[in-house]
Amino acid sequence: MMKTLSITKTIHDFLFGLMPEGIASFVEWVMIAAAYLAFFALAGLLLVYMERRIAAFFQLRLGPNRVGPAGLFQTIADALKLVTKELTIPDKADKFLFNLAPYFVIVAALVILSVIPFSAEFQAFDINIGVFFVMAVSSIGVIGVLIGGWASNNKYALIGAMRSGLQTISYELSVGLSIMTIVLLAGSLQISEIIEVQRTGGWFILQGHIPAVIAFMIFMIAGTAETNRAPFDLVEAESELGAGFHTEYSGMKFAYFFLAEFINMFIVAAIAVTIFFGGYLSPFGITESLPWMGVFWFMLKTLMIIFLMMWFRWTFPRLRVDQLLTLEWKYLLPMNLFNIVFMAVIIWLGWTF
Amino acid sequence: MSYFSDIYKGVKSLLTGMTVTGKYFITARKSIITQQYPDNRDTLKMFNRFRGEVVMPHDDTNEHRCTGCQKCEIACPNGSIEIIWDRKIDPETGKKKKEIDKHIYHLAMCTMCSLCIEACPTDAIVWAQNFENSVYDRSQLTKVLNKPGSKVKAGIED
Repeated sequence: MMKTLSITKTIHDFLFGLMPEGIASFVEWVMIAAAYLAFFALAGLLLVYMERRIAAFFQLRLGPNRVGPAGLFQTIADALKLVTKELTIPDKADKFLFNLAPYFVIVAALVILSVIPFSAEFQAFDINIGVFFVMAVSSIGVIGVLIGGWASNNKYALIGAMRSGLQTISYELSVGLSIMTIVLLAGSLQISEIIEVQRTGGWFILQGHIPAVIAFMIFMIAGTAETNRAPFDLVEAESELGAGFHTEYSGMKFAYFFLAEFINMFIVAAIAVTIFFGGYLSPFGITESLPWMGVFWFMLKTLMIIFLMMWFRWTFPRLRVDQLLTLEWKYLLPMNLFNIVFMAVIIWLGWTF
Repeated sequence: MSYFSDIYKGVKSLLTGMTVTGKYFITARKSIITQQYPDNRDTLKMFNRFRGEVVMPHDDTNEHRCTGCQKCEIACPNGSIEIIWDRKIDPETGKKKKEIDKHIYHLAMCTMCSLCIEACPTDAIVWAQNFENSVYDRSQLTKVLNKPGSKVKAGIED
């Protein structure tokens, strides 16, 4: 059953006082869904703008700065353009799967978003196996990519989709194992619990020192690969595959893929913040008495991790397929397994901070 | 043991790369190279190496350095330069001497390859940095480079 948002407890009580329980909870679901969809669109557009601006600064350019103040409305204009464009379907494409694919990607991103805590108890779905849930659902997104590439009836799209499958299967392992290193430390899979443990013991990156830092580095590498971002963007390697799995998509369906990619980046950053940097907790508890500051701290930390991922993207060159697999299976995976044992030994000896 | 040194070297080289781009990001405000053209039209100064169009500089006494040797005309790969010349009698020595009547330059055909300027033995023609070369009529792109009434500077041919 859905846990109610305690920050919006007034709304909850008001609704339940106004109408019978069944209707009230239904209205609540619709409100939460609308809020998350709005967040999805806004955060996606903002992140695209941020990416383009930051990329420009890395390359000593200006980036979009014409539409609105400092170009803030550029991505909104782009989205409006995409809405008005024709939705083309290639000849001999599997029409049903072709239309279905974007929704898989979007739904997976939205479902993961629901367990991300923006502040204390400001979370739509506080499930007791939260971390496991995130890892399970995040692999649904890649089905959308695979379906999209398969249904397009385009060899480049198909190769891109297959590469995406290959990459996700490989790197999901590293994501899972690096999260597991921290779960050892936290002793719980529930996301709100993981954060509350860090309130007393310090952020896990400090609490677990060496193995936690190694786990964080592995998580960032594998997370970047999971979101198909450079330097792991073999899936949409422009010089080899056109646009990869979404070559044949146009208009709003393309925009769905594009937004989902940025929301996935947000999700990876949010999870990194949650399990390594104390989520919505303020550094050294400086705003402990102001619970609403949690959203601010959470967003600040997440944006910093996102900036780090953008920094990766505009610095590193793309890997070859064999290099991609070598990195995962010969380096990250053994290091990860060793790291888990190392973390277990450290916890056993009580050497955590 | 190259396994561990590979990891070390890999991480180190990645960090080196990130330092370089990080420095670019921090100094981005000062060193942005984008020219926001129509906005800074009054202050925009093109670089010396920019090739706008071929011009023939004249000095104060309306003298240029072109001897009419036609090397630029020969060097031009697509016939953008035509030289109309004549032989005139030098009043001092009484000898016949080659002199340009019109140095015609077709900007519409020019590919800015700079071969004419390299070929010129007396540096009579140079690149100008102006870039707003669009006109409403094609015929305006055919330019006569030497000004009316100009003559070659004394001593150039020696």
